[in-house]
Amino acid sequence: MSVLPKELPTASNEPQHPVPTDALQALAQQRATFPDHRGEVLSGAQIMWESLLREGVEVIFGYPGGAIMPAYDAMIEYPIHHVLVRHEQGGSHMADGYARASGRVGVCLGTSGPGATNLVTGIATAMLDSIPMVAITGQVHAHLLGSDAFQEIDITGVTLPITKHNYLVTRVEDIAPTLREAFYIARSGRPGPVLVDICKNAQQDKAPFVWNDAAPTLPGYRPVHVPKNDDIAKAAALINSAKRPVILAGQGIIRANASDLLTQFAETTGMPIAMTLLGIGSFPASHPLNLGMMGMHGEAWVNNAIQESDLIVAIGMRFDDRVTGRLATYAPYAKKIHIELDPSEINKNVKVDVAIIADCRAALTELMPAIQKGDRSSWMGRINSQKGDSAVRDIQSLPDSGKLFAAHVIHDLWRATSGNALVVTDVGQHQMWEAQYYKHDAPRMLLTSGGLGTMGFALPAAIGARFARPQADVWVVVGDGGFQMTACELTTLAQENIKVNIAIINNGYLGMVRQWQQFFYGGRYVATPIRSPDFVKLAEAHGLEGRRVTTRAEVMDTVAWAHSRPGSVLIDFRVEQEDSVYPMVPAGADLNDMIRRTPSPGAVAAVENTPNTAGLPSQHNPIFETGEDE
Amino acid sequence: MTTRKHILRTFVIFVEDRPGVLNRAASLFRRRGYNIESLNVGQTHVDGVSRMTVVIEADEDSARRIEANLYKLVNVLEVKEITHEARIERELALIKVNAPPERRSELMQVADVYGARIVDMSSNSMIFELAGSPDRIAGLKQVLGEHGIQEMVQTGSVAMSRGAAPPMAHLGHRPTDLEIQ
Repeated sequence: MSVLPKELPTASNEPQHPVPTDALQALAQQRATFPDHRGEVLSGAQIMWESLLREGVEVIFGYPGGAIMPAYDAMIEYPIHHVLVRHEQGGSHMADGYARASGRVGVCLGTSGPGATNLVTGIATAMLDSIPMVAITGQVHAHLLGSDAFQEIDITGVTLPITKHNYLVTRVEDIAPTLREAFYIARSGRPGPVLVDICKNAQQDKAPFVWNDAAPTLPGYRPVHVPKNDDIAKAAALINSAKRPVILAGQGIIRANASDLLTQFAETTGMPIAMTLLGIGSFPASHPLNLGMMGMHGEAWVNNAIQESDLIVAIGMRFDDRVTGRLATYAPYAKKIHIELDPSEINKNVKVDVAIIADCRAALTELMPAIQKGDRSSWMGRINSQKGDSAVRDIQSLPDSGKLFAAHVIHDLWRATSGNALVVTDVGQHQMWEAQYYKHDAPRMLLTSGGLGTMGFALPAAIGARFARPQADVWVVVGDGGFQMTACELTTLAQENIKVNIAIINNGYLGMVRQWQQFFYGGRYVATPIRSPDFVKLAEAHGLEGRRVTTRAEVMDTVAWAHSRPGSVLIDFRVEQEDSVYPMVPAGADLNDMIRRTPSPGAVAAVENTPNTAGLPSQHNPIFETGEDE
Repeated sequence: MTTRKHILRTFVIFVEDRPGVLNRAASLFRRRGYNIESLNVGQTHVDGVSRMTVVIEADEDSARRIEANLYKLVNVLEVKEITHEARIERELALIKVNAPPERRSELMQVADVYGARIVDMSSNSMIFELAGSPDRIAGLKQVLGEHGIQEMVQTGSVAMSRGAAPPMAHLGHRPTDLEIQ
């Protein structure tokens, strides 16, 4: 059945991918021995860097300009590495990637006006995915505020709905306490981005540096929620009596570092786990209880299991519309338990029977003693029986016709990296194929823009991730469209002299939109064919190496080549142009109402139309019935 | 069990008295598409604490999420829905009405009936002042409309639960557990 070449090269020697560590290690040593300047009279700019040091900041992604120049001028006195980005959007995604890869707060810096507005997409990306980030912007002199001064924009007003909180600082005395609050808010509770806009005069004026190590006093801020015994008892009762339960694992598990407890919970109860896109890695992909990703491009058996289940235990996820499909028919037989830190998510999309409002770790800790050991092997058997049908339809099962499919690239990348790469994806078809075909066994190994779906995220986020994880094998998996949105950061990569491997899944289309046009817009490919530069030459123009791959036979060798090179490399994978991501639940359709890939002629269509449970609709092609633009 | 019925609900929101707080709350209402009937902000007897009274049309589930979303604003200290509590709820209206000399005594009777005060009089106009429930103000407005209203201004609701108030200790420190349900 396997169509893989007989002898594939393996990642025999673990690749080394250092950041230019000498300089960074020197900075780390300087930070460790940095003198205490509390009580000394410093400029606001100095106070800003002193505060960042005390918050543990080691790297900052920024771009200078008029209103932030005092801060830049003071920067060289401080052992914090600055990455000069090529566009502030890139800086915000780098801070985001750093935060996702490390779990710490990422920091980006920009000037007032356009510098600040360029950060907006990255701040919104962080907001929608609950990423701890602090964005610092310069602002015009306080006495000019409101006068439409040069490069003045009301960035606290602009970012009000896309930040967890934001601040305008007009006085030097407020810089240190405000930054203390900003970091505290960004990382506590449900994390999120905080913007601090600092007027130029506040950066220039002098004041004694006062720093309070204690957590800031914020009378209205309540990040901690303790699980209630009553809710735990109700949840345990539902769990212990469920026959066909499914756990839905989301990013909250990764944020709370609760993967070990999740594994314990699943193994004790025998409950299978479906993952959200951002939950991938919260539970090992290779674990037999891991079903894989759910939702719009989830595997058929996963979505069917959810629809047939009698209990859903949703942990650290928020029932996004890409996960549920049509709400009215979502998991119709299931009682629902929602473990979630943010009370405003409860009953927002899906009405639940029990809500445990707490951090995932706290909730699972309380829940475990109340849980009985369970045997759900017949339920697992039923789910697993559906995998045969999917295997028949799987693109992996297509005979090697000499064509290069994106799924092949991702699958072989997984093999060649032994599943250990830190993969940063962009948004679109390649993102879904990555989620389907790259099996992540550990948390924080897949970084991707889920909630906002920000094209252009991958390359800069990977640069940020590289600084967070100097030893990781960082791969950018990106489409030809998204890559061009932030391709300017290739120069940043070259200037920083760091190693990031870039795999462009190049199909000559804005592929996901093309797929929708094929399915829902009568095949009219409007504005989706996209011309790209010669990516290999583009890499070379930046002093990086590049290669082009057009057949599957070359994939493993080329990945090995990438590992062998000391610097960043770019690989242009010329894949099948009009392939689509399957299965697909059209927006607004029932979750088990999927468009499936037609089994290949050579494959044995043994399990065509997997039998459904009584009462659930039999499979049909819903393309023409429910496709709608959402 | 919760009710799916959309009714007018009154929320009392204590907030830190800081620049931009009203903007944050208003932005939240707009962004989440909450249907605001009225909104009022003013000082309290506690330094640095302002009090908002917001009337929103919502069902029970939405009301809980409105509370939860308000609590996510860092400057919001406490949110209470007092829709189902015994409460005093008042709006204030100033209504300037046509009042030629021959109509004055009739208009004064109207004021009497509605418990309104006449706070200004000119050769051809009177200003009525009425603090009362939205219904009463609507009634007065209708009656005065027959005489010809020249201009009118009306505040949103301010509201307070009847009986002794719970201690306002919550306004001074940070609770560790949010009793949200």
